[in-house]
Amino acid sequence: MHEYPVTVQIVDIASETARKNNGRVRRIDLVVGEDSGFIGESIQMYFDVIAEGTLCEGAQLFIEGVKPQLRCEKCGKHFERKRFSFQCPYCGGDGEPTPIGKEFYVKSVELEVEDQ
Amino acid sequence: MHMMKADVMVDIHARNNHIAEHVHEHLAEHKIFAVNIMGAPGAGKTTTLENLLKHLDVPGYVIEGDIESNIDTERLRKQNIAATQINTFGACHLDAPLVHNAIHALPFDKPGILFIENVGNLVCPAEFSIGEDIKLLQVSVTDGSDKPYKYPLAFEKADIIVLNKIDLLPYVDFDEEFFMKGIRHLNKTAPVFKVSGKTGEGYAEAAAWLKQRAGF
Repeated sequence: MHEYPVTVQIVDIASETARKNNGRVRRIDLVVGEDSGFIGESIQMYFDVIAEGTLCEGAQLFIEGVKPQLRCEKCGKHFERKRFSFQCPYCGGDGEPTPIGKEFYVKSVELEVEDQ
Repeated sequence: MHMMKADVMVDIHARNNHIAEHVHEHLAEHKIFAVNIMGAPGAGKTTTLENLLKHLDVPGYVIEGDIESNIDTERLRKQNIAATQINTFGACHLDAPLVHNAIHALPFDKPGILFIENVGNLVCPAEFSIGEDIKLLQVSVTDGSDKPYKYPLAFEKADIIVLNKIDLLPYVDFDEEFFMKGIRHLNKTAPVFKVSGKTGEGYAEAAAWLKQRAGF
C-alpha cells in the first residue's frame, strides 16, 4: 500500500522522460536508501501493474540500495549504525545522522527511440 | 530504432513537495502557522492539540487525518473548534495532495495556528512534507523508551517533541535517560515537553514555546 503511490510517481517520471525523447522506457535505475522508508521489493511488486499501458510497460526496474551512515562528531568518520547504539567504532565518539541512506530518486532511464 | 540512456536524477517526492510548497504559500497568505502532528495511534495526538488550543489564545484550526471515521472531528467540533476530516481509507500517512484538498474546507478568517493531525503511525508521516511549518512528534511513556532507536526518522525530523502520559511513570518501565540519549543523537535542537493529557500538566509550557515559534 505504502509503495503504491510512489511507484506511480516513478512511472510518471520515467514516462515523461520517454515522451520528451519520443521513445519507450526499457530500463529504469532507481536509488533507494534503506532509511528512505521505501522497500525496493515492494516497488518492484507494484511496478509491472502500474506500468501496464504506459510508456514504461515491459521495462526493467533496477534498484540500487544505499546503507545508512552516521557521521562521528568527534573524528568525522562515517560508519553504519549498530542496533541501539550511535557509537563510532573508530574512536567511541557519538554519531549524528547524515543524508546517506535517505536517497529516493530516479537516477536514469534507458529508452528505445525511433530513428529519425 | 536505437537505445539511449537519459540521466534523470529526479526526487520521487518532487511532485508531493511541489504541492506542499503550494499549500504552505496558501497558508502563509492567510497568516496561518501549520503544525504537522505525528505519532503512534493512542499516543495522545488529539488530546495534545486540544490542550494546546486551550492554552493558546490565538485562533485554532484542525485537519484530522485518519484511515476511517470522523470521531476526532466530531469531538473537536463539539468544543467549537474549526475542524475538517481527511479519511485516507487505507493509506498510512497524509500527503500534500490530500492536505491541499482539505485546506479549502476551513475558513482561515483570522490568523492562527493550524494543527494537521497525521494518521497514527510513527513511520511514514515523517517521510512526507504536507506544507507544514513545523513537525510536532507526539510520544508517550507507554510507547517505550526505545522508540528513538527504532523509529529514528520521526525523531530526527521533529521540531518539538511532546512526551505524554507522564502521570503513568510510576507504573511503567520507561528509561528517560535512555530515551533522551537516543533523541539527542538524532536531534540536537527539538525541545522535549513532558505532559499529561490526564492532568493537563506541562501543556502551558509547550503552548508558550509554540506561540513564540509561530510568531504570535
